[in-house]
Amino acid sequence: MHVIVCIKQVPDSAQIRVHPVTNTIMRQGVPTIINPYDLFALEEALKLKDRFGAKVTVITMGPPMADQALRKALTFGCDDAILLSDRVFAGADTLATSYALASAIAKIGETQPFDLVFCGKQTIDGDTAQVGPGIAKRLGLNQLTYVWKIESLDINAREIVVQRRAEGGVQTLKTALPALITMLEDTNEIRFGTMDDAFRAARTELTLWNAAAAGVTDPSKCGLKGSPTQVKKVFAPPPRAVKATQIKGDSPAANAEHVIDALFSAHPGMQDDLRARTTQNP
Amino acid sequence: MTEQAKPASSRAKQDEALLAYKGVWVSIELERGHVHPVSWELIGKGRQLADTLGVPLSGILLAPPDAPIQETVADAHAYGADTVYVMADPILAEYRTQPYAKGMVDLIKKYQPEILLIGATTLGRDLASAVATDMETGLTADCTELDIDLSTRSMAATRPTFGGTLLCTIHTLKARPQMATVRPRVMPMPEHQQGRTGETIMAKLEIAEDDIITKVLSFIPDRDQDTAQLAFADYIVAGGRGLGKLENFQLLRDLADVLGAEIGCTRPIVQAGGMTIDHQIGQTGKTIRPKLYIAAGISGAIQHRVGVEGADCIIAINADPNAPIFDFAHYGIVGDALTILPALTDAFRRRLAAGQAGR
Repeated sequence: MHVIVCIKQVPDSAQIRVHPVTNTIMRQGVPTIINPYDLFALEEALKLKDRFGAKVTVITMGPPMADQALRKALTFGCDDAILLSDRVFAGADTLATSYALASAIAKIGETQPFDLVFCGKQTIDGDTAQVGPGIAKRLGLNQLTYVWKIESLDINAREIVVQRRAEGGVQTLKTALPALITMLEDTNEIRFGTMDDAFRAARTELTLWNAAAAGVTDPSKCGLKGSPTQVKKVFAPPPRAVKATQIKGDSPAANAEHVIDALFSAHPGMQDDLRARTTQNP
Repeated sequence: MTEQAKPASSRAKQDEALLAYKGVWVSIELERGHVHPVSWELIGKGRQLADTLGVPLSGILLAPPDAPIQETVADAHAYGADTVYVMADPILAEYRTQPYAKGMVDLIKKYQPEILLIGATTLGRDLASAVATDMETGLTADCTELDIDLSTRSMAATRPTFGGTLLCTIHTLKARPQMATVRPRVMPMPEHQQGRTGETIMAKLEIAEDDIITKVLSFIPDRDQDTAQLAFADYIVAGGRGLGKLENFQLLRDLADVLGAEIGCTRPIVQAGGMTIDHQIGQTGKTIRPKLYIAAGISGAIQHRVGVEGADCIIAINADPNAPIFDFAHYGIVGDALTILPALTDAFRRRLAAGQAGR
């Protein structure tokens, strides 16, 4: 069994600051991390390594420094790491990103056929949740988004059953391999790798692919050039005109009454909405 | 010179192809007999965009034949749609990417809308990504504002990025349709105009069940689940270190019971073993978007802030008047959460009691 995990190196959004004058992101000095949502995908893939001896290949697209994210992934126990890095990839939106990643995954598949591709639910810098489904569509993989549990996996029958988050409930789906899974958050907890993994991660030669090596046949579909969306403006949200309205009653009970008055007058439907919920479900 | 002439003429050709795309479309999400409210919110916004462009507004409805299709089409007309395209097929009973994407792509290729809006629900985001990739067009996720830039006749789609730290405005200039998913409860509900009618166009889904690889084995509604569903909850109360001892979280549970709310907490509470990780709100936990969020004893560090800023209304209770949570909460009560929480529970219980005069 062979599984491929797509990860992204992102700036730690908790430490992002916006330049007050230019309204641009100040990336300098901001530490980078593996996109937190991707850790759930990594752990789920590593569980398949535990259970089935699956080989886990981790792949990322980014600048040369994104090798740090890959090395970190290797310390968790991933077997191989591939960095897609090329100037033609720069400025890619989700469509161009899924094109590059899908090309590289197809390239991997030429020599090492794979059964599953994992992605995180979304990234914390883009929040689009579009790249995973984009890869699935391009490679004709069965698309399983917002998965929170792999119920069963039969490698001989080439079948997988998963539970996924659907609108208003949980859907159990059965599909055929190869499939692409985007993992929901909080579905598992990433392991600390072993000492062996840490040593191996430090020694392992990462595979570095440029566009040609990744099997990209049409560079015009990559990067800024291949991106149908264009960012016209980036700006800081207008600061809230006022801070929180302070509720100042002379007792806890008075505070409670005042805040509910304010709440229900600002949100007229809320009282009825709450009533309907609580009478439905006493 | 000739070198320059060539790309110019191919660009003109491309522009011509783009101009063939006309009209604004909104996907109407009808599941288990109910239309997701974001669909009507988008009909409202789509009407404005269509009027600005001087083009018709259409709804697209993919649903099984036993769904309330006629009522939904009538509602779509009443909310502002000129036309509704309907694809009714038993295959569409439960959402699956393949048949829904196939149906939508076929409709787009046949009727060529210039704009397609989809609710940023779990269904909408799954579907929109597949459709946009198939059409090789631009898709802007999770928008909070939509407008038309008349100079380029393109949609300006604004969305939060970096966890809400920044907003960016995105255009799709060289591909059609211009697609966007839009956050629920951001656009206002349009008026339901009784007697407003429109056109209905039936279309056939060109895929057979045998060609669909993925099968739905079961669907369990949320009310039958016992794990926290914070990311999808409308009402959430949460506590942090300011509540002191873990026993005090009972006060939070009492309030949650009265509101029918979900319970959440900050990372330190999970680390202290007070709640399981599925209750954690913030950067490394759940991002929430409830109608009401009550935060008790939570200081509001940036990691927490990015997880809760999508709430329609935040009420914060904290003993420290300088706590950062008061910078982004809508209502603040400075005081001891241990006395204010029971008072809130009592007050809500009385206000929500049946028979109490409402408005």
